[in-house]
Amino acid sequence: MDNEKLSLPQYDIPDDVQNAVAITTLDRLYNWGRRSSVWPLMFGLACCAIEMIAAQAARYDMARFGMEVMRPTPRQADLMLVSGTVTKKMVPSIVRLWNQMPEPKYCVAMGACASGGGPFKEGYNVVAGIDKLIPVDVYIPGCPPTPQALIAGLIKLQQKIDKQSLRKVHWYRKGPDVMEIPVPILGPDLIDPRRNAEIKSAAAALATKESA
Amino acid sequence: MYGKGILKGLSVTWKRFWSTYLEDISWVMSGKKRYFTEEGVKHRSSKHARGIFTVQYPEEQLITPEEFRYVPFLVYDEGVDGKKEVRCTSCGICAKVCPPQCIWIVRSNDPNTGRPIPEPTEFYIDMDICMNCGFCAEYCPFDAIIMDHDFDIASYSRNVYNMEKLLKPASYYRQIRPENYARNEAERKAKETAKAAKAAGAAAQAGT
Amino acid sequence: MMTAPASTLTVDLTQRFPGIVSADARPGYSGFIVEKDSLIEVATAIRDEFGFDLLTAVTGVDYFPDKMEVVYHAYKTTGGPGLVFRVQVPRVDPIEVPSLINVYPGADLQEREAWDLMGIKFTGHPDLRRILMWEGFEGHPLRKDWKEPFYEEDAKPFKSRWPDGRFTMAEDKNPFKDNLKFPQDFDPEKWTPDNDESLYQTLKRYTVKDEDGLETDRIVVNMGPQHPSTHGVFRAAIMLDGETIVGLKPVVGYLHRNHDKIGERNTFLQNMPYTDRLDYFNSMSNNLGYAIAVEKLMNIPVAERADYIRVIMAELSRIQNHLVFVGMLLNDLGAMYTPALYAFEERELILDIFEAVAGSRMMCNYLRFGGVVRDVPPYVLQKIKDLVFDRLPAKTDEFERLLSENEVLVSRLKGVKVLDAETAVRYSVTGPVLRAAGVPYDLRRADPYSVYDRFDFDVAVRPNGDMYDNYAIRIDEIRQSLRILQQAVKQIPDGPINSQKPQYQVRVPAGESYGRIESPKGELAFYVVSNGKPNPWRYHVRPASFVNITALEKMCIGTKIADFVALLGMLDIVMGELDR
Ligand code: SF4
Ligand code: SF4
Ligand code: SF4
Repeated sequence: MDNEKLSLPQYDIPDDVQNAVAITTLDRLYNWGRRSSVWPLMFGLACCAIEMIAAQAARYDMARFGMEVMRPTPRQADLMLVSGTVTKKMVPSIVRLWNQMPEPKYCVAMGACASGGGPFKEGYNVVAGIDKLIPVDVYIPGCPPTPQALIAGLIKLQQKIDKQSLRKVHWYRKGPDVMEIPVPILGPDLIDPRRNAEIKSAAAALATKESA
Repeated sequence: MYGKGILKGLSVTWKRFWSTYLEDISWVMSGKKRYFTEEGVKHRSSKHARGIFTVQYPEEQLITPEEFRYVPFLVYDEGVDGKKEVRCTSCGICAKVCPPQCIWIVRSNDPNTGRPIPEPTEFYIDMDICMNCGFCAEYCPFDAIIMDHDFDIASYSRNVYNMEKLLKPASYYRQIRPENYARNEAERKAKETAKAAKAAGAAAQAGT
Repeated sequence: MMTAPASTLTVDLTQRFPGIVSADARPGYSGFIVEKDSLIEVATAIRDEFGFDLLTAVTGVDYFPDKMEVVYHAYKTTGGPGLVFRVQVPRVDPIEVPSLINVYPGADLQEREAWDLMGIKFTGHPDLRRILMWEGFEGHPLRKDWKEPFYEEDAKPFKSRWPDGRFTMAEDKNPFKDNLKFPQDFDPEKWTPDNDESLYQTLKRYTVKDEDGLETDRIVVNMGPQHPSTHGVFRAAIMLDGETIVGLKPVVGYLHRNHDKIGERNTFLQNMPYTDRLDYFNSMSNNLGYAIAVEKLMNIPVAERADYIRVIMAELSRIQNHLVFVGMLLNDLGAMYTPALYAFEERELILDIFEAVAGSRMMCNYLRFGGVVRDVPPYVLQKIKDLVFDRLPAKTDEFERLLSENEVLVSRLKGVKVLDAETAVRYSVTGPVLRAAGVPYDLRRADPYSVYDRFDFDVAVRPNGDMYDNYAIRIDEIRQSLRILQQAVKQIPDGPINSQKPQYQVRVPAGESYGRIESPKGELAFYVVSNGKPNPWRYHVRPASFVNITALEKMCIGTKIADFVALLGMLDIVMGELDR
């Protein structure tokens, strides 16, 4: 298997982020403004969050990138740094927070856990990567990524922002906001409402298999 | 007096505030550069650190200690005409010891005899599961898997590494971990000489 | 130094309760087996007659397929060995054991955990809801016959990894294509979620009529799980009367990462890096607790130099933990950032040391059974000396100058009660919070482990149990830790760093062991049951944070909501350890 295929996330990457498009001077100005004031949501989940705080503290000082303004409310945040293990019990709240963030918004999966489940992937209460529910812009491997690695990842995010074009970005398009993600429900296990039919048929298949 | 404690506290912040500039001046006076030099970074992470504490990554970088571990990589020796001689013998110890079980190894078999040959055909590490614990490197008997120092590996997609992405040359290993490398090499040498001596001994024995 | 397993010599329960209590005769086990129906009576005697006033751990063990066991570990706050007693019940539902909540209120949350994960019903418990998982979750995950969605094999290493390890995503093997498991014929559309209904129902009991017969309005305020001051994903449902807290229920489990279940599948060694992720501020202490528990079981000595290194690392991590505590506390009180930033500077210098010896700043994974993984290089030892002799004492003084006399801070903290000694002990609170209430209970003295008995230090105690004392005791403990460190770096002997050969499979004889240490947050203990196989049969973490929040409700009732954040901060919880 080649590496590209192995690492493909399981959702569609919108065209506007997938590859570079023609960038105009206006875009450059627009992107420069946005990339230099990416305000993260004050939101920590697990061990990785401590490294995130360390990155905010004196030694690494994310203020140098305009990222020091941690907003406690999602309404004022541009970036969700998913810093830690995403558990099934927590994920409804995370999706709700994400839905409350205004566009343009970005999601960085910090650490192995948020990227793909991490060391606890086999656990019964763990969501194997936040990209199952929320589109992720940058994946930072590491357990935990050191503050320097986090900053390196955020620079990657800035590079991504640099490539966006005003004409293509989806948040200025007309029509209803299709990006709203239905909030998962806590049932006998985590229920993603988008997958109801699939779950139902798989559960039915289980029953027939059992009786066969 | 009410307010004495507050003043005392303020004196601390006041001192802290000025110490950056005092330090700057003293570095300029002694003709040394405080920023963007290794010396400066070292000083800022020593017991003498005073005033500004920031190491301005990416322009500056902290001194990485030799034992630092990030994600693992596989070592190959550069053979003649650039052939990659993978050190791994696919013994499977790393896959067995890995706590979250994120290493996958396919052992190769000789197509003629069907017997296993000491080289993996496929080797995967799921970096989105790996907990950077270092067990694989610690227990590998052939120093074939080593913990990397490179942390700038964020990407725009999931990170499952295959052989191609995992392999790095032994020279890189020597560069990031000189002491470990030297120790490993010495051990390997010792083992080889012992083996040679044994073989010579056996040959001598057979001769008599 | 090895401490003897919880001794039965001092106490003979069998004589006091003939026919009800019998000594546990299984090889490798100790303590007493108590008849289920007399549990409360025996426990009351243990507390009142024998003086074991501190119930530290309540754990369920699933001896599949015949019986379920509940193990209790009780200690005396005056020190000395503990007492293990247990109840065994047949493994047929409903599995019922009387609740000890009226004898030891500290059993509250731990019993709820055992119900949640093991399905042991504690009769008489007033609020037996699930705690780590949510109401409505299917099954009791820690039972041996319960399999998670990504279940592959009972024990690691998995066979699919080698020699024919073709990479597959765990998702692809699951019928639901994800980490999911639903009962047969489940229809998600027909499901009505609990939506915390049961939680609000329990809070309702605080809705009482006023004296004049009027039913006053009381409101429920949820703080968390996403709240800037709850130190992670902690949630408290608070019932308010005006501004006064009249009821409070901690809601946890938002970071429940199934340490226990994963730990039972891991080999003994593989659990070591997982312990790093419990209390992620103090991975060195976690390693130490786990290493002690397993070494006890294996009955192996620890290399002397390694023991010193362990103490050095554990104390360094205590210092940085307390520094961060003070910084974060001031954040909680509204003094944004300055003290926290100062604290993080010193913390970085300590983490540099961890990085140099162990390879990682936070997830050290540094201890091995019998010793440590690698020696401390001379230049790092020099760095440690620089810190503990020069820098940290001066910086601690600076911290005190910055904060301790600040009138605003003092008036905010002095006199705001956290816990008194008696309540703290009853609710099984350990660590600095207990000592700030005037109980000099520190495991480094009360039940010495490693080489702590060789150092000269005082157990920090403060008499009042108010917020100021809780703040000040952290500073005191930093100073005591520095004292220990100064002696340790001077005395550290040369020699090997491990008494064992490096090996990835250790042989652990059958039996149980309870290894406990004084972590910066309180008593951290590991309860390990081995059946002689390469992986533990039961691996349970008794975290300080989790047990300490049992007292949170007691602490907060009657105070103003504005104090809640600070009171929670006082307990110094960390979610990785609390939820595991
Ligand atoms: S990736 Fe590692 S450090 Fe980060 S949250 Fe997961 S376990 Fe913790
Ligand atoms: S332990 Fe070393 S030699 Fe053995 S399979 Fe792993 S990398 Fe290869
Ligand atoms: S570092 Fe640890 S988790 Fe990662 S591959 Fe090696 S053994 Fe596995």
